[in-house]
Amino acid sequence: MSATAPLLQVRGLVKHFPIRQGVILQRKIGAVQAVDGLDFEVRRGETLGLVGETGCGKSTTARLITRLLEPTSGAIDFEGRDISHLKRASLKAVRREVQMIFQDPYSSLNPRKTIGSIIGEPFAIHGLLKDRAERKREVQRLMETVGLNPEHYNRYPHEFSGGQRQRIGVARALALEPKLLIADEPVSALDVSIQAQVLNLLRDLQRRLGLTIVFIAHDLSVVRHMCDRVAVMYLGKIVEIGAGDELYDFPRHPYTGALLAAVPHADPSRHGEQRRILGGDVPSPANPPSACRFHTRCPKAQALCSQQEPRLERKGSPIPGRAGTLVACHFPLTREEAEGMGVRSAR
Amino acid sequence: MSAPGDEPLLRVEDLHVEFPTEDGVVHAVDGVTYQVRRGRTLGIVGESGSGKTVSSLTTLGLTRTQGARVSGRIMFDGRDLVTLSDQQLRAVRGNEVAMIFQDPLSSLHPLFRVGSQLVEAIRAHRHVSKAAARGRAVELLGLVGIPDPQRRVHEYPHEFSGGMRQRAMIAMALANEPKLLIADEPTTALDVTVQAQILALLQRLQRELGMAIVIITHDLGVVAEMADDIAVMYAGRIVETASAKALFDGPEHPYTWGLLKSIPRLSGAREEQLVPIPGAPPSLIHRPSGCHFHPRCPYAQPDHARIDPRLQPVADEPSHHVACLLDDAVRRRLWAELRNGATPEQARASVGLPAPDLESAQAPA
Repeated sequence: MSATAPLLQVRGLVKHFPIRQGVILQRKIGAVQAVDGLDFEVRRGETLGLVGETGCGKSTTARLITRLLEPTSGAIDFEGRDISHLKRASLKAVRREVQMIFQDPYSSLNPRKTIGSIIGEPFAIHGLLKDRAERKREVQRLMETVGLNPEHYNRYPHEFSGGQRQRIGVARALALEPKLLIADEPVSALDVSIQAQVLNLLRDLQRRLGLTIVFIAHDLSVVRHMCDRVAVMYLGKIVEIGAGDELYDFPRHPYTGALLAAVPHADPSRHGEQRRILGGDVPSPANPPSACRFHTRCPKAQALCSQQEPRLERKGSPIPGRAGTLVACHFPLTREEAEGMGVRSAR
Repeated sequence: MSAPGDEPLLRVEDLHVEFPTEDGVVHAVDGVTYQVRRGRTLGIVGESGSGKTVSSLTTLGLTRTQGARVSGRIMFDGRDLVTLSDQQLRAVRGNEVAMIFQDPLSSLHPLFRVGSQLVEAIRAHRHVSKAAARGRAVELLGLVGIPDPQRRVHEYPHEFSGGMRQRAMIAMALANEPKLLIADEPTTALDVTVQAQILALLQRLQRELGMAIVIITHDLGVVAEMADDIAVMYAGRIVETASAKALFDGPEHPYTWGLLKSIPRLSGAREEQLVPIPGAPPSLIHRPSGCHFHPRCPYAQPDHARIDPRLQPVADEPSHHVACLLDDAVRRRLWAELRNGATPEQARASVGLPAPDLESAQAPA
């Protein structure tokens, strides 16, 4: 296969969780449509951001790609091979290539193991580096890579602060030199000053090791800082995807615009500036709105929006020389509308 | 009340809160002084363990049951809340001073209807009939923007979404028209679009009801949006306090600089590196000597480990206070360099400060 082929290609990915009722004879009475028809690709060496609010399906997507969940339908092509239904040995081989960093550095490390054995665990699982001295050397090298003191090899997780624990999680994920790293809200449990340490570490490792990362977060500023391309999700679907600077400078989907307008700025001179606040709540994914799922909250919605589902397609950019993002919207935002909503980066 | 109009509504003076534990005494709040003016908003910013929540809980006497040792004064509308009996304090709490918390689900009782909980909050302080209280509950839910309050008042908390629950908590806090609302991380558990709704709601209610707000948060964006004045806390102390504008235009404390340089922005160059604060916040049992921030401060000098800085007014800004041992002129030159994108090392070099010994910051706690 060619070098330019994407590392990961997701086609029509669907995950529905059945809702059952009854005690003995459990009848299926519906389904939570957590992820409902995703198409995207991750290119080698890039960082793709997945953003969205609670319940948009971003964590489910992470668990599908890492095959912690079995998809309902659709395909996940990793290096050109569909991994969505692999079993046992062949799945284990894929897991060497795809690793995950979790949100909570407190519950994702076994408190009864030393950090040496936590970081060395992937080697044990995959039967690598059987020689103890050799494994220890490698673990200590990893600890150094992520900025931990290798002398702390025999310490336990409780002896480390939140930021250091997240470094342990990163070292463990890097142990097998994976081709793809999935980071699910890796900094949202950390304090601001520590968050910056971990973000810098991830960006630095990405450049130095040429990692490909799927970076999942709800914080739009963090995603902008980390990602080359960004996909915005709403109720199990991608509503907009494109290069980070295009999407942030000039959002085309009204939901992307609303998200960007909602972020409070650390700049009081913008105090009281006019901006459009999105009303209402995210509807239930068990009973999502018809056609365009955003139409119930969208300021631009028209009759068509509740009848025909918009396709994710390129609608162009008003900035000359730019390709624009892919957007699933019948009536995408104009530049004036984006600015009118208070998207401050549009200026 | 006969208090003159310029007397602050709340004045906390030299507040100390200590918790004796098996491992030693936790100095959660260590000599904190601030004031809140009537109808205005104070933002308290800090990371976990900075004492920002404990200082507010103490205002309401909510640390009393935990064996806290409290000293100092908390003057609210002419009374010292520290000296009030539990019973006297109960008459203030939920009445003149109300509080909302981060997690609205655990603040509401899951087995009682939202309406009954509102009725209880109203009747705890007012002698009104149940029917009148119920009418008021519907009115309150409408006030905080819950659609169809006549029907929603009969629902249980689990039938409300996260944003709706926080609205219900705000309704309950407003039940007795408090003069002061303390909001502890009110939007941290919420999504960004819902956060924008709740912040806008708090601003509208403040305009309509004229109450003062203390908003406690780790999010600099939220305080910039909400607060008139800001206090930055670190390791149980206020290290800097100023009007919101002065604090963001010309921050004076190296910790405040660190916070501002740690957050990624939505606008501006993406390539700009974040400058994290090295190390981790200190233990509140074994606090660093001298300036508590010195082990993490890129500009610390040898005597900063001995001398304990006091909160002092900044040159030609009487309302801007900072607890820092660096010279005013040096600090301003450092911030000018940092603002233009210099790293702490570059800023230090151009000002001619020797490098500190940061060794102690690298070791894990």
